[in-house]
Amino acid sequence: MTDSDSSLPASFDIRDYLRTDLFPHFMCVGCGHGIALRCLLTAVHELGISKDELAVVSGIGCSGRIAAYIDANTLHVTHGRPLTFASGLKLARPDLTVVVVTGDGDCLSIGGNHLIHACRRNLDITCLMLNNEVYGMTGGQVSPTTDEGRYTTTTPLGNHEPSFDACSIATAAGASLVGREITFQAPALKNLIVEAISHPGFGFVEVISDCTEIYGRRNDLGSSTEMILSQKSGMRPESYGGALDQPFRPGNWQTGVLSRSDREEYAAAYRRRTRSARPEEQT
Amino acid sequence: MASDSSSGERQNLQGNVACALGAIAAGCRFYAGYPITPSSEIAEQMAARLPKVDGVFVQMEDEIASIGAILGASVGGVKSMTATSGPGFSLMQEGLGYASQAEIPCVIIDVMRGGPSTGMPTRPSQGDVMQARWGSHGDRPVIALAPASVGEVFEQMLRAFNLSETLRTPVVVLIDEAIAHLSETIDLSSSMPTPLASRKVATGDVAGFLPYAATDDGVPAMQCPGDGYRSHMTGLTHGEDGFPTQDPATVERVMRQLLGKLDRNMEQIECFETLECDDVDVLVVAYGITARAARRAVVSARERGLRAGLLRPITLWPFPERRFRELASSANTVLIPEMNAGQLCVELERLCPHPGPVVRLNRIDGECISPRQILEQIEKLHAHD
Repeated sequence: MTDSDSSLPASFDIRDYLRTDLFPHFMCVGCGHGIALRCLLTAVHELGISKDELAVVSGIGCSGRIAAYIDANTLHVTHGRPLTFASGLKLARPDLTVVVVTGDGDCLSIGGNHLIHACRRNLDITCLMLNNEVYGMTGGQVSPTTDEGRYTTTTPLGNHEPSFDACSIATAAGASLVGREITFQAPALKNLIVEAISHPGFGFVEVISDCTEIYGRRNDLGSSTEMILSQKSGMRPESYGGALDQPFRPGNWQTGVLSRSDREEYAAAYRRRTRSARPEEQT
Repeated sequence: MASDSSSGERQNLQGNVACALGAIAAGCRFYAGYPITPSSEIAEQMAARLPKVDGVFVQMEDEIASIGAILGASVGGVKSMTATSGPGFSLMQEGLGYASQAEIPCVIIDVMRGGPSTGMPTRPSQGDVMQARWGSHGDRPVIALAPASVGEVFEQMLRAFNLSETLRTPVVVLIDEAIAHLSETIDLSSSMPTPLASRKVATGDVAGFLPYAATDDGVPAMQCPGDGYRSHMTGLTHGEDGFPTQDPATVERVMRQLLGKLDRNMEQIECFETLECDDVDVLVVAYGITARAARRAVVSARERGLRAGLLRPITLWPFPERRFRELASSANTVLIPEMNAGQLCVELERLCPHPGPVVRLNRIDGECISPRQILEQIEKLHAHD
């Protein structure tokens, strides 16, 4: 990708944030996850977060393997559970910047219950959900975000289930910042991640990624470039507010910050509510 | 209600309250849990008490999330625990396996109730003994403690945290419902002989740091986010560097270190009590509330001139194999009363040095086994001699 992040300090070298000794990396040629990784690390750099203060928690799947490449405190946990580990870590260590990297299967299927409750609690965590519409790691099974009609190894005659709109779920469940971006818009994605990390509360960011090898090939979606350009043509960078009542249409991606509220962050609310238990804090 | 201090006063406490007090005395400062009978008082106590000691209580959406949260908090350097009962313990097996593999200290209380499935939520049972041992997939080191009184619940909570911290492994405390809801008067100050232990912390050069390096005691020093090591933790089988590997030689080496960890530290893990075991014809092996009935039965048997003795494992897993073999080799019969259909007895049949009779005495009706039942069985076994 061509780096057009003009706001970056000249000193930014992505290799400073990567465990390059683990390269070559694990991702397939054409996979959009690498763009998301770069945007995350660029955002971390721009925010001046030290690698020692950064904790990245990931689950299982292609998205889950990304954490290992980041030169930070990384925790690669069980399938669907990164938000639970991240919640404990953030409550124990409010000094850390905690970022969850998860996927559509990890976050919306096996981890769906954890997602809605993490949104409801509104802990100061950033959740980056890389949506490639398929279970890539296990060989291409249908996921909760696979479009109707698509072919996967477990929908050989076409998917008959409707898909989830992750951002609507996160908004409804109470996440205080919700946004979506496609990998084509890398600078916008980076800005969205900066905003989510800076936001004092639960920030949910859906990244529309592409799985060329396993999903695109089976559905005749063309090369990675063609898949990304098709996402771009489906982009609707408008305010979410007016569109909230409209039915979710897969392939039409409302992008940018889609909802925001100033709900009190969980740890702050907990401290406020429990203040009476700590006599030394009462004046 | 009891005060939070562990000063010398004698207090009448319920088992679940003693559990919470023991946890806080052990240094636990993070609790995540999900309500389930008959363990819920532990969560209620922690919710009220943790804020007073600058700790955090959070009620999670389920038991899977609860164990995830305590593992995350423990990785952050805070002593953490959860409490549940059989059905919730089943949901935690995934996280328990992760804690074993990644070597994360944590304490899990399982207040056992009748099963399977929803079973009898308010009735006592000892049905999770084998779930504690084999409930998670793969081979892993397992420590489970089985206190038999309210005072011992408090003491064993201190031991549970100490073992968990020093050995970097999850520790399960199996409490039967009878003890969880029993009220007894205990002296908290005399229950605190154990100095508190904390995990071995990584020191030395950041460059080349190996988070799972081999050590003399088999327990690697633990890093903490923010200390500069920036290491990786994963549930995948990993090498000494913490990164996933499938290299057979490396896997063999790190798995042997993981599985050998308990053997190398057995002195501090093993814990049992014996009663009247010098010259024993009928050896009774019992744990938890059942051990109290067995103790009474053994005393009564001796009064009747019958040579009965009691082996009471307090650390249930790993089982005190050597002591059991010694005692069983001189006894004619081993009697195993349990509030399940026969779980620990399977292990003891395996361990018995000679094919002498291992006799089971089981109750699965939600009632405790009485001293009389055990005594009658001892008398019957003597009559057969």
